[in-house]
Amino acid sequence: MTSTLETSAADCHPASVPDFTPVAELRALQLRRLQAVVERAWQRVPLFHERMEERGLTPRDVGSLEDIAKLPFTVKSDLRDTYPFGLFASPMKDVVRLHASSGTTGKPIVVAYTQEDIAVWTSVMVRCFAGCGLHRGDILQNAYGYGLFTGGLGAHYGAEGLGATVVPTSGGNADRQIMLMKDFGVTAICCTPTYFLHLIDRAAELGVNMKELSLRAGVFGAEPWTESMRRHIEGASSIEAFDIYGLSEIIGPGVGCECRRHEGLHIFEDHFYPEIVDPESGEPLPDGCEGELVLTTLSKQAMPMIRYRTRDITQLITGQCACGRTMRRIGRIGRRSDDMLIIRGVNVFPSQVESALLQIEGTLPHYQIVLTREQGLDQMEVEVEVTPQMFNDKIGALQGLHERLQGALDHVLGIRVKVALVETNTISRSEGKAKRVIDRRTS
Amino acid sequence: MKIQQISLFIENKPGHIAAPARLMAEEGIDIRALFLADTQQYGILRLIVSEPEKAAATLEAHGFVVKVTEVLAVLVVDRPGGLADILGALDGTGINIEYMYAFSDVRGDQAILIFRFADPDAAIAHLQKAGINLLGSKELLKK
Repeated sequence: MTSTLETSAADCHPASVPDFTPVAELRALQLRRLQAVVERAWQRVPLFHERMEERGLTPRDVGSLEDIAKLPFTVKSDLRDTYPFGLFASPMKDVVRLHASSGTTGKPIVVAYTQEDIAVWTSVMVRCFAGCGLHRGDILQNAYGYGLFTGGLGAHYGAEGLGATVVPTSGGNADRQIMLMKDFGVTAICCTPTYFLHLIDRAAELGVNMKELSLRAGVFGAEPWTESMRRHIEGASSIEAFDIYGLSEIIGPGVGCECRRHEGLHIFEDHFYPEIVDPESGEPLPDGCEGELVLTTLSKQAMPMIRYRTRDITQLITGQCACGRTMRRIGRIGRRSDDMLIIRGVNVFPSQVESALLQIEGTLPHYQIVLTREQGLDQMEVEVEVTPQMFNDKIGALQGLHERLQGALDHVLGIRVKVALVETNTISRSEGKAKRVIDRRTS
Repeated sequence: MKIQQISLFIENKPGHIAAPARLMAEEGIDIRALFLADTQQYGILRLIVSEPEKAAATLEAHGFVVKVTEVLAVLVVDRPGGLADILGALDGTGINIEYMYAFSDVRGDQAILIFRFADPDAAIAHLQKAGINLLGSKELLKK
């Protein structure tokens, strides 16, 4: 990368000016907005009003930012229980957009936006892209799914707001994605990191050298990914890979994003107030401690979220970033508190399996964790697709690979798991988030 | 001298050899020799075919993980001691056989041995010095 790193509000994209707000000014703004959003939710959202009353609280009890810790949490099941419109704080005539989750585990969750909300969402997405060094003149291929999923439209509006040229490919059809990337001279792409890995593999099969394309940046999110995966992506495609964070319940993509320093993700905290709490007790944790990220929307109209439990495990990084932004950062999300698997009493995270696989051979094969129960005992099997790099035509070499994988997994997880080498394309690939765990245990 | 052999990874499950065999049939590619090295869970299918490059490209296009390796083919008389004579030529040379397999030839009382050596060039030199008949691809594929 040869372009310079911006270090102040003076030489950044105009939309990024709030990123550099002096801290005292930012805290004052946050308090004003917090008081306003609590007032709005208290008056308009019955569930929030009830919970405040149960605690003997009114909006007047929020006199400082620290007082946020008194407020009740909102959790994902609150959105399901009030399906479809129970948490709305705006009448439908003011709502200009609805999005919904896929609802694989029951009723979907529904989120709503006013025109002001869409404008805020667009502005934070512009700030994400600008922080990644993108600008007018960039050609951005948006391979996030368009539709009820927030990813596609969120990134689309942001890229247009930036002034970039958007190629709205949506997800799917890898061959066409690669063709357009090449023929249109695409310079940046947005998609899930696993989908980009799939594009890298497919490009190689088609004889397209990713390194020779104009592509120079990738903005990847919607699922946790690791530093090793970043090195793999950057090495295989000669791009700079950025981690972007967001969730539909808060706004969609654009809650936070890495800058070019890649030392955590800046949270756009003039709109989203971050806290870290103990995932078990819910008690606030000091800065720097690892715990569950809790977010409060400070400016959302249609659907304010007060102290939403994200289930994402991370820590808050305080202190000014070398890029000059004053917005606090979160560490990259490696795991979610609800991703944790308990196998024969041992806590296991899918991200640990990923790092063990990456240690071997240095590439990330497609994998899947399958949980079963045999005679009352949990069994964990990791199915690993054999890649051309891993394949050797001597059976002894394959057995050696199998043993190395087994050893790395046993070592990292601390329990004995079964490793199965499987043929390529036998593990299903979703166009969006990878389904890493199949739980066939019946309780 | 060197023969191109196609190796592919397959799971040890019913029906898993059928797919590559069908692909070869559809492309009109003749399978001259086949060998399966397997464990309980997976295996390596090794094929010697009439058009190795086309076969590899077809299999890869259908998602198989394929490696093309070079092997040597040796013609021996199908009689007691035939194999021992060949191996005797390699005694004391330090040449390592990574694996081998054999099939009898339809043309008569001959067998064909397929060898994968760590160092095929050195193996060729030693075998030729001992007057052993190595087959080229044309002769091997001839019916």
